[in-house]
Amino acid sequence: MENIQQQFVELFGTEWGSMLFSLATNMTFIFAIVVPLLLGVAYLTFAERKIIAYMQIRVGPNRVTFFGIPWLRGWGQPIADAVKAIMKEIVIPTGANKFLFILAPVLTIMPALAAWAVIPFSPELILADINAGLLYILAMTSMGIYGIIIAGWASNSKYAFLGAMRSAAQVVSYELAMGFALVCVLMMSQSLNLGDIVNGQQGNSFLNWYLIPLFPMFLVYLISGVAETNRAPFDVAEGESEIVAGFHVDYSGMAFTVFFLAEYSNMILVATLTSIMFLGGWLPPVDIAPFTLIPGIIWLLLKIAFILFFFLWFRATFPRYRYDQIMRLGWKIFIPITLVWIVLLGSIMQLPESIRNTFPLNIWF
Amino acid sequence: MLENYFPILLFLIVGFLVGVVPMLCGWLLAPNRPDSEKLSPYECGFEAFEDARMKFDVRYYLVAILFILFDLEIAFLFPWAIVLDEIGLFGFIAMMTFLGILVVGFIYEWMKGALEWD
Repeated sequence: MENIQQQFVELFGTEWGSMLFSLATNMTFIFAIVVPLLLGVAYLTFAERKIIAYMQIRVGPNRVTFFGIPWLRGWGQPIADAVKAIMKEIVIPTGANKFLFILAPVLTIMPALAAWAVIPFSPELILADINAGLLYILAMTSMGIYGIIIAGWASNSKYAFLGAMRSAAQVVSYELAMGFALVCVLMMSQSLNLGDIVNGQQGNSFLNWYLIPLFPMFLVYLISGVAETNRAPFDVAEGESEIVAGFHVDYSGMAFTVFFLAEYSNMILVATLTSIMFLGGWLPPVDIAPFTLIPGIIWLLLKIAFILFFFLWFRATFPRYRYDQIMRLGWKIFIPITLVWIVLLGSIMQLPESIRNTFPLNIWF
Repeated sequence: MLENYFPILLFLIVGFLVGVVPMLCGWLLAPNRPDSEKLSPYECGFEAFEDARMKFDVRYYLVAILFILFDLEIAFLFPWAIVLDEIGLFGFIAMMTFLGILVVGFIYEWMKGALEWD
């Protein structure tokens, strides 16, 4: 590292050299996040089709080979899908506002990717170690709503408009429950920095994870995450039979694919945040030899995969909620539960030191 | 401290490019043969019979307003949650008073039926 920095300084002079060096290292790191993420999104679609297929006792995509290797049958499917999507015509409807129509997918993917800047993959593997990490992620996920509303409005189609209204209201409602659940996590960790949140869950075993004291919040966060990404069973906005594809009916080709990418990377983001805040991030489940030898990033990836499996499982299992039921769940069940839990948690934290030091409270407080 | 935000700016630019570049590729590689039927808005095969920028339900507006209120509440809860250990019982009771007032508002809107969707 030092050597390369030296070479940059020699090539471009002291001031420019160090600046270009930091630019180059940051860009390398960003590509090291974005490229695997996009590959992960591609193969998440494949995993989704495969897993749901197995749940429905069929095989799923198994024809497109990868480099002609016979035992990788099906693995070429996401690549083939991408190539197909890129060769499709992008139709811009006559009544559409052309600039906003093209801007909307960009506005959804930009925050969905940029939120990954503050995710710690292991204690030292983090791109931007900012103190307001969680707040930044909350801000970025809220930005995605602009994409939804602009897409629905710019299409100049009734289905798109209604779908956008529904999606936006739903996403906004569940963001509240999500925010209240995050407040509980913050009360435990006393920090907005995601690395500190994981460190706060350190201990002998998985009993130290915030999953146990905040179990209802974990459920609220996970279900809100499913609702926030407009996934089944909360996918009314794209209920095929009534409103076709929701806010992106009129999108086709690559413009649609960008929405798709954003949706799936948001899904992975929610799974990552759940594992960081409730499942101990990169920490092994038990702090003894065979588990601690495995690098932290592997544990994080395993936890993300575990949560993502739940997303796919939900889709294969539950019937779609009705819209009024969705709003009732968000406003009348989740928000009261989270408020009660905040009060309860705050009261426990106000207990005298002697009580807090007794088992089992001493594990977390 | 502020230089930690430089990678975020770069990441935003990369995210923008990840959105724009595939669409440019699609625009360059894909066919582009529009006709008036293809460009008409999708309405399940029928002709569009009314402007799409139509009236919409006032409840969406209500949800938006309630979201602003509760999001503000979360904005006040965040700093409180972080320093809860330092501010002790007084800080806790102060925030419970604030939450209590907002809960009264929440109960009012609930009883008024602002959260009903039929």
